[in-house]
Amino acid sequence: MLMDTMNMTNRFRQLSLSVLLLLLFVYSAAYAEHQKLIMGRSVDAFPETMSALQEEIKKAGYVLSFVQRVDIGLTGMGFKTDKYRVVFFGKPEEIKELPEKYPELVPYLPLAIAIFAEEQETVLTAMSPDFLGPAYLKEHPELKVIFDRWKKDIESIIEGVCYQ
Amino acid sequence: MKTKFNWIFCGLSFLLGSSLLLTAGNAQAATDNSDQASLAMGSELFQIKCSVCHGSEGTGGVGIPLNLDDFLKTTSDKYLQQTIRLGRPGRIMPSFNELSDVQVQSLIKYIRSWKPEIKPPVYDQAHIVGDKEKGKQIFNSICINCHREAGIGGKGTGVTFSRPRDAEIIAPAIGNPAFLAAASDQMIKRIIMTGRESTPMMAATSMGLTEKDVDNVVTYLRSLGKDVKLGHDHDYEPGAAVLTYESSYSLEETIDNIKAAAIGYNFRYIREQTLNRGFVEKDQENKNQYLVYFCNFNFLNQVLSIDPRIGMFLPFRATIMKKGDMVLVMTVNPNYLCSLFNNAELREGCEFMSEKYEAMLEESTL
Repeated sequence: MLMDTMNMTNRFRQLSLSVLLLLLFVYSAAYAEHQKLIMGRSVDAFPETMSALQEEIKKAGYVLSFVQRVDIGLTGMGFKTDKYRVVFFGKPEEIKELPEKYPELVPYLPLAIAIFAEEQETVLTAMSPDFLGPAYLKEHPELKVIFDRWKKDIESIIEGVCYQ
Repeated sequence: MKTKFNWIFCGLSFLLGSSLLLTAGNAQAATDNSDQASLAMGSELFQIKCSVCHGSEGTGGVGIPLNLDDFLKTTSDKYLQQTIRLGRPGRIMPSFNELSDVQVQSLIKYIRSWKPEIKPPVYDQAHIVGDKEKGKQIFNSICINCHREAGIGGKGTGVTFSRPRDAEIIAPAIGNPAFLAAASDQMIKRIIMTGRESTPMMAATSMGLTEKDVDNVVTYLRSLGKDVKLGHDHDYEPGAAVLTYESSYSLEETIDNIKAAAIGYNFRYIREQTLNRGFVEKDQENKNQYLVYFCNFNFLNQVLSIDPRIGMFLPFRATIMKKGDMVLVMTVNPNYLCSLFNNAELREGCEFMSEKYEAMLEESTL
């Protein structure tokens, strides 16, 4: 009977874990449907998070093209941090081809992730490419594949920086 | 014979008792495991979706701090559940309506686990009936100082220690329809009666208010939520995703024009580059696709202090590109992007930016 009880407890643990993972999966998929911003918080300080971000961008197969400062004069305005950057990245072939086919997409290229310090932690924010859907997909439905891939990649980059 | 029967009876009783104890223990273990699984789910969900605004330990960030004793003492689970479901239209907090009840409960369980000694309050759902007009008068003489007109909430949203603030905690939008849908009359009354420690919210008596006055204020607040449909933003017209103008000039002339126009609108020139700079060798850069960057630092810092996330679209960038015989000048449309942030306070800034961008593009292309 004791063995039965132990087996039941183990089975229950396994079942709980399976249910938990399933629910998280369902949750992630559902959440991905509606979100306009892709955001993450790293418990690491700004310099470490910035390095991790650049690593993850490369790991996802993108080239980092420029890091834009957005913090000039912030401390003078009363901000307690001056660590705010926007990191631009893309795939060279897409930066070459997309403007030819879709010039109206260029203001949203290259892709960008904003990164700013908040006390000892760091916040990352990017626009979900989903958000561009209503503006572009009616005329260019073929862009959906690209937007979906960008979204998946940006999510994976931010998750890689913040939660792994 | 009797002794033998007693032994059998005792043995059976022992087996039955042991089996009942094991079953009870098993049920307890199952409950404990279920609690642990729920807590683990809540923790994971919180870190992935909530911590980015509320901080990894609920201390606040872009969003309000959730782990304050008085916040946990005065907010019911029902309020938390409704807040997660409805969000706060126009105040950053999005609606997480797609979460299952199990997931929402697990989040609440996790939030409660920070201070397990605090028992969540349960409020009577009975409505308070007071004098709305008297409540309005009190609101407009006392509450308005922090919560602003019609309870739209303190200036700036949430709290972050990285940007300038008049106070560490921003007065909540107590006239927001989603707040009023989530908070019961009794909960609002309790908070006004006792105030909230660690925040500027004082107890009613410290503000010279009687219980009847508080009832009147609650009645007034409740009247604000009527006739407002959640999830609808009737005034918002985002426009196109991109502002595009065709230039009457050559690419080089248009670049010069846009620089002159931007400076005329109090922007400072930062730099220019080809679109594919950084992606190809310098001698292979496409000189027919240019990006020119400008910034109005005063404006940039003002909008960053409203919502730091908007920095992802700043500073101002004009794209100038040759397409066949045409020269196009384009920028992102701040009005279109504004809805990304669910922050009504950004609306004015976005409109201002869109107007300025359009004016600069028009001036440089005509």
